[in-house]
Amino acid sequence: MNKLVVSPSPHVHSGNSIQKEMKSVLIALIPAYLVALYYFGVGALIVSATSVLSCVLFEYLIQKFILKGEKTITDCSAIVTGLLLAFNLPSNLPIWIVIIGALVAIGVGKMSFGGLGNNPFNPALVGRVFLLISFPVQMTSWPRPIPFNLAYMDAETSATALTALKEHLENIPSALDMFIGNMGGSMGEVSTLALLLGFAYLLYRRTISWHIPITILFTVFVMTGIFYLVDPQTYASPLVHLMTGGLMLGAIFMATDFVTSPMTKRGMFVYGIGIGVITVVIRLFGSYPEGVSFAILIMNAFTPLINTYIKPKRFGEVRKK
Amino acid sequence: MKTFKMGGIHPEECKFSAGKKTEVISLPKQVVIPLRHYSGKPSIPEVAKGDMVKVGQLIGRADGFVSANVHSSVSGKVVKIDNALDAFGYKNPAVFIDVIGDDWLETIDLTPKVKRTCDLESSEIIKKIAESGIVGLGGATFPTHVKLSVPAGKKAEVLIINGAECEPYLTCDHQLMLEKGEEIVIGITILMKAIQVKRALVGIEANKPDAILNIEKWAKTVEGVEVIPLKVKYPQGSEKQLIQALTGREVPSGGLPIDVGAIVQNVATTFAVYEAVQKNKPLIERVITVTGKSVPEPGNYWVRVGTPLSHVVEKTGGIPEDTGKIVAGGPMMGRALPNLEISVAKGTAAVLFIPSSESERGKVQNCIRCAKCVFHCPMGLEPYLLMNRSEKNLLDELEQNRVMDCIECGSCSYVCPSNRPLVDYIRYGKSKVGELIRSRKVQQL
Repeated sequence: MNKLVVSPSPHVHSGNSIQKEMKSVLIALIPAYLVALYYFGVGALIVSATSVLSCVLFEYLIQKFILKGEKTITDCSAIVTGLLLAFNLPSNLPIWIVIIGALVAIGVGKMSFGGLGNNPFNPALVGRVFLLISFPVQMTSWPRPIPFNLAYMDAETSATALTALKEHLENIPSALDMFIGNMGGSMGEVSTLALLLGFAYLLYRRTISWHIPITILFTVFVMTGIFYLVDPQTYASPLVHLMTGGLMLGAIFMATDFVTSPMTKRGMFVYGIGIGVITVVIRLFGSYPEGVSFAILIMNAFTPLINTYIKPKRFGEVRKK
Repeated sequence: MKTFKMGGIHPEECKFSAGKKTEVISLPKQVVIPLRHYSGKPSIPEVAKGDMVKVGQLIGRADGFVSANVHSSVSGKVVKIDNALDAFGYKNPAVFIDVIGDDWLETIDLTPKVKRTCDLESSEIIKKIAESGIVGLGGATFPTHVKLSVPAGKKAEVLIINGAECEPYLTCDHQLMLEKGEEIVIGITILMKAIQVKRALVGIEANKPDAILNIEKWAKTVEGVEVIPLKVKYPQGSEKQLIQALTGREVPSGGLPIDVGAIVQNVATTFAVYEAVQKNKPLIERVITVTGKSVPEPGNYWVRVGTPLSHVVEKTGGIPEDTGKIVAGGPMMGRALPNLEISVAKGTAAVLFIPSSESERGKVQNCIRCAKCVFHCPMGLEPYLLMNRSEKNLLDELEQNRVMDCIECGSCSYVCPSNRPLVDYIRYGKSKVGELIRSRKVQQL
């Protein structure tokens, strides 16, 4: 007979792993990715492939030569970061800029803190915001959606709905176009429908809970709704706000990043409300047309504080008789 | 369907031995009866080397209040009284008896007739239970008479009977409810009389519909006993969770079930109470489940306390080829055994063989703060935080974050995608904080 293993209980495990969690996120991203490939064609393919490959490569190199630790790329988290970074970029972005974004995301955003689990800020957003500030022109010229587009950097560009709103332009896409994703924008953020499908899958697999996304969306809906009711001439309808820009992508995939979001349901409400409020304030009063990335990064900074002060409801938290 | 409100998990049920009729395992050549079956004090030996004993004879007398009597489970000759390793890994005094024949004390009623009426008073019942050495058979093995003695100023309102059997693999309580339904229900009425309540709730998980039907059938023959099916969820059989599932009441942090007027007893304990009070039979045997994924014929067996596990295993088909771990009890809270020379204690509910492919834990990775441990904790704690603070020995913070509320159910370790040893560290933290609290009490005195 073999030697007996002696260890403390429990003696069974759910079989869950980081890799499985990351794979469910990747599966949930498929619908939005397909929409991106459909409307932005070759450009979407080049940008996403560059981003994913460079994120994985940078993580591998940094882990091997700088941190000198065990190989971590098999947990698939670098692929998720790479894909999410690409989703936040316009599909006509030059390859070299994408590579810089990946280096900042993985190198600065993730590995400089010690790798997965230790980073205070969402790595993909760190990369994205770095690029937005460093290359404002390239980062804000979005290609017009054309089915099976073969053009890459020379693609015809158009303004996003939010830019149009900000500058009081008239050419806002129809509600149906916004819902299915037939509008300009970062490659992965355009289709509300596809992102909601991914959300449903994540909830089904219990990879994330509903608390953060729903709180963010609800907060944005209520706040923009109040402004809309007060002055419908100046402010867009709350539905337009829900379906444009990076809100859906941010609420479902970026704000729910395990590492950088709070760990209690109560904390998730606070975090979600914070993101919603900051997003609306930037969108309506800031100089940028879009504020989801900044809102998430700002609330990421509050996450440790939220975890320290907002505790779960304890069993037996009642006055002793 | 009713269940507890917070957290919990649903592991693969694996109830392979469900519905297997109990068989009696033949007597071994020698039994090693532990004198300590619980967290209390070991009992004081009443016999000496060379003494002849009968089945049911007192061999260990309770030492103090939180301690229980121990009786001989066989007839024969006491060879020695010495330390023996128990399932918890500690050496504790035990009585070694060579088995000669099967000679029972004449006072024990061995007739199969079910005796329904009980004329004893409350205090007499509790005394009888104490004399018979009954402890909680659900696993904690706390002396039953202590639990039944309601402290001054408190009042029991409801008796809770635990038939949840939420641990995967285990079926011993299930089978007992099928075969001894009438006796269990009479045991319940005796317990109700002992703690002077008019109402008893029996909680049984919905994966045992036949047991629910059987207990319901017998419950109709008495007054005040209600069977409540529960949604299958672990750790339903934990006292605090079960009370919440059945009554909606929440035992306060640091409190006892009696603080919300409840007293909880396991179904197997209830059967032992019936036998003690009605048949004058002390606790000397119990049903255990022998099971595992590679066990050819999992089953439920009547085993005398003190029987070496090696004997049980030999009589039930031997050790499966691919065994990598042997557990006394269920997979969530049972103890991994170093060998099979350990004997069956009053609290041993099962022998579980885990194949070597499932015996080793996965590689520990960084905490990714997914919060699964927080969401699944049935006590509303933050296991990731408690583990971290235990690693760093930050006892004050551990105490503030209610480490002592942890029931060690293992749900957090079970769900962790990074295979982190959460419960291991929390146990360590609990023991350290426990020391701190005790030293504080000593200083106050």
